[in-house]
Amino acid sequence: MNALALLLVMELGDRFALMGVVLGVLLTAVAYTVYAERRIAAFIQNRTGPDRVGFDLIPQLKFLKGAIGLGQPLADVIKLLMKEDVVPENANKFVHALAPLISLFAALTTIAVVPYAKGVAIADVNIGILYILAITSLGVYGITLSGWASNSKYSLLGGLRSSAQMISYELSMGLAVVSVVVLTNALNMGEIVESQTSNPLNWNVCRNLLGFIIFTTAAFAETNRAPFDLPEAEQELVGGYHTEYSSMKFALFFLAEYANMIVACTVIVTLFLGGYQVPFWTDAPWFVQVGAFITKTLFMMFVFIWVRWTLPRFKYNQLMDLGWKFMLPLGLFNLLIVASTIVIFGNSLPLSILNLVLVALCVAGSFAAKPQSKMA
Amino acid sequence: MTKNISDGVETLPLPQLDEEERAAKRKEIYAALEDRDVTVQPATDDNGDPLENSMVLNMGPQHPATHGVLRVVLKLDGETVERAVPELGYLHRSMEKLAENKTFHEFMPYTDRLDYMSPYSNNTALCLAVEKLCGITAPPRATYIRTIACEIARISSHLLWMGTMVMDAGAITVFLYTFQEREKIYDVFDMLTGARFTVSHCRVGGVASDISEECANYIKDWLKVFKKKLAEWRGLLDRNRIWIERVEGVAVISKEDAIGIGFSGPNLRGSGVDFDLRRDVPYMAYQNFEFNVPVYENGDCLARYFVRLEEMAESVRIIEQALKQLPKGDVRVDDAKQSFPWKHEVYHSMEGLIHDFMMTDTGLQPPAGTEIYHAIEAPKGELGFFIQSDGTGHPWRLKIRSPSFCSLQALPHLTEGGMIADVVVAIGSIDPVMGEADK
Amino acid sequence: MIEAYLPIFAMIVIAIVLGVLLLTLGRLLGPKRSNSEKMSTYESGIEPVGTAKARISVKYYLVAMFFIIFDIEVIFMYPWAVNLREFGVSGLVSMITFALLLLVGYFYILKKGGLEWN
Repeated sequence: MNALALLLVMELGDRFALMGVVLGVLLTAVAYTVYAERRIAAFIQNRTGPDRVGFDLIPQLKFLKGAIGLGQPLADVIKLLMKEDVVPENANKFVHALAPLISLFAALTTIAVVPYAKGVAIADVNIGILYILAITSLGVYGITLSGWASNSKYSLLGGLRSSAQMISYELSMGLAVVSVVVLTNALNMGEIVESQTSNPLNWNVCRNLLGFIIFTTAAFAETNRAPFDLPEAEQELVGGYHTEYSSMKFALFFLAEYANMIVACTVIVTLFLGGYQVPFWTDAPWFVQVGAFITKTLFMMFVFIWVRWTLPRFKYNQLMDLGWKFMLPLGLFNLLIVASTIVIFGNSLPLSILNLVLVALCVAGSFAAKPQSKMA
Repeated sequence: MTKNISDGVETLPLPQLDEEERAAKRKEIYAALEDRDVTVQPATDDNGDPLENSMVLNMGPQHPATHGVLRVVLKLDGETVERAVPELGYLHRSMEKLAENKTFHEFMPYTDRLDYMSPYSNNTALCLAVEKLCGITAPPRATYIRTIACEIARISSHLLWMGTMVMDAGAITVFLYTFQEREKIYDVFDMLTGARFTVSHCRVGGVASDISEECANYIKDWLKVFKKKLAEWRGLLDRNRIWIERVEGVAVISKEDAIGIGFSGPNLRGSGVDFDLRRDVPYMAYQNFEFNVPVYENGDCLARYFVRLEEMAESVRIIEQALKQLPKGDVRVDDAKQSFPWKHEVYHSMEGLIHDFMMTDTGLQPPAGTEIYHAIEAPKGELGFFIQSDGTGHPWRLKIRSPSFCSLQALPHLTEGGMIADVVVAIGSIDPVMGEADK
Repeated sequence: MIEAYLPIFAMIVIAIVLGVLLLTLGRLLGPKRSNSEKMSTYESGIEPVGTAKARISVKYYLVAMFFIIFDIEVIFMYPWAVNLREFGVSGLVSMITFALLLLVGYFYILKKGGLEWN
């Protein structure tokens, strides 16, 4: 009995150590995602981006000369720390401070159930996917409350928009997740990854392409990233829900936004891109698996950033139409297709073949179609 | 090429309003003018509808999407705009009154600040009006330089419009693309006029300096690059589904309403009125060039978008033709009573010095009692100067007909019933500049 | 299996502590030079008209209601999805029936104009 307890404590110790590592990596990654986003945006827009702030204060790092601006995230954090915290009059002071905390909390705790390598996760719970859905839906409270508590109309409109948007896309997201559960027969994140094996044809992106598209689109909406950044639409609502936020409270929203993006990418990778699975290498060592996981996540993050600097923003009614009239029926349809195939054929091979054919047709079609102006 | 002015407008039916309706509308407008805030206020809880849930939101004067200091008071039901009342005057500098205390040349730099996206057009409009007043004809080379510069200014203005309108819809990247090209336009103006932004290059009776060979070649090279860039941007946007859905059918205005409200330029042509001062009332050198006037029927933001995009391509054609035909000769009238002498004359001859002094001190002497109106097709629409002269060097009255001011009147018509996101796109699509609207 | 959740609880505690710590740090380090102009609510540079705590348009509540209806349906699907292979054809048929019933409600909302956002 004692030995069992000791084993448990040791195992928990490992998990806590992992938690420290993951949180540290996540927070650093957030800072450098902001940097990466600015550099990628600059690249897309033919600019240079941040390239001045270095680490010249540290003698050993002087050789960097700040040429690629790697010190920028640190400088930004320090700047935000030193800023005055302005709370507008008539605002609800407690809720005004609580809202960014909720956002940060939801963003940071979601990552707890994501497996980074075989058997390596902060918490290996058997309902991992439900946990993710539950925690991410808490995030909407942070934004809605911040909009309400600021006593500003721009914030309020931003908050209302975001709550309408996030709950609308949660439905199609849920349906896409159910289709994954049907395929993998598990709610545990580790088992979902294991069932995808190291053969990319077995990854859910092949077996369930429609689900992948629906989930990714919904993830854009849930993380308030462009083209779904209506809650903070700066040209319409100035800053949306964080119009009245400054200093560290604003920084927490910023942190939460980027943490959400990273976490959404890890979830997409886990559910659809085979998680830590290395293509065609079944029992890869743990560090290779972690490497594969990080590579896939970075790729998805690049997609998120790329889309943001390419597309215009949706309008509120377009957004709701897309969510309710298109993605919801499509998600249901996809679920029924997947479930029928599983029941009738007993495996998912027909789905993979169907999806491959569809993709091939789309690619061929896009090459064949003549580009034409709408009004020409 | 030339076409009678009556073709576009007179065939249209007059607005169908009887006397009572007119009176009611006028009353409504006056009420709105008296107190803008009150007229859009919702009923209070005590006496109003218990389900009243409208919100009054001020968009502007300090707002990222109102293109300066325009203020629009919106009454919202959820995301839907129930009423919109634009308020102007936050940038009012009493330009017209200032003009009465300046000589015509002294007033020139003020016109730079009208539509500050295309200063050259404003200079030209003033000069053409004064030349008409005094009966001066600028030499052909000066006319060609003005034409070229005005068309470059049009491209510059339309580039800013394109960048900001697309940015208002949420795509920031195009804004930076267009600004890189505008930067090159500034370089062109730097070479041509010596100033990048507020050029003040036109003079009554000509222009301040000749165009150099280097500058002409630079423009030619830049046009080649620009045509490619324009095609590239159109590839990004013309078939972008989100963009098309954002602008198609948004902020529609009919032909009759557009004329009634006083739309001009690209906005008017977006509503299907085939009218362009450059072609229908040719001024400067426009009758010598081949160019099309793009017209779209729909009257929505998409139509205005396509009109301006195609206008840029037409401007490129005009500039290319103008550079090819560019005549040789003087760039200013050689008459001391009509224009400033050259600097070397001022420095090295007694007559030159006296002429310069007279021109600066008393200015031009237009015939007393004359009044003229001259309008040009500025990038934003019809920019006209009405001048009444009492025979002195100062105008007795100078009235500026600015296109942005008239276009902004349509804002309630365009935005009511739409959504908040439509308001910013609508403002972007009619392309107002507050420097010109407020004067 | 409650101990599997221990790291999650620890994570929650750490996230809250981290947030509070950062907020306190920001409050301690930042200057405090408030004045009434600075504290006034932003409304594009002029004094706000009315209050932001007024009634909210009923359209937003409608979205919330639809969400609750459909989200509960989706929750029913999770246990079904995990056990689909055991249920076999009968499970599939019952879920198709369920989805059809769901669609009846969906089309009712659609026809009633509940999904018109203008």
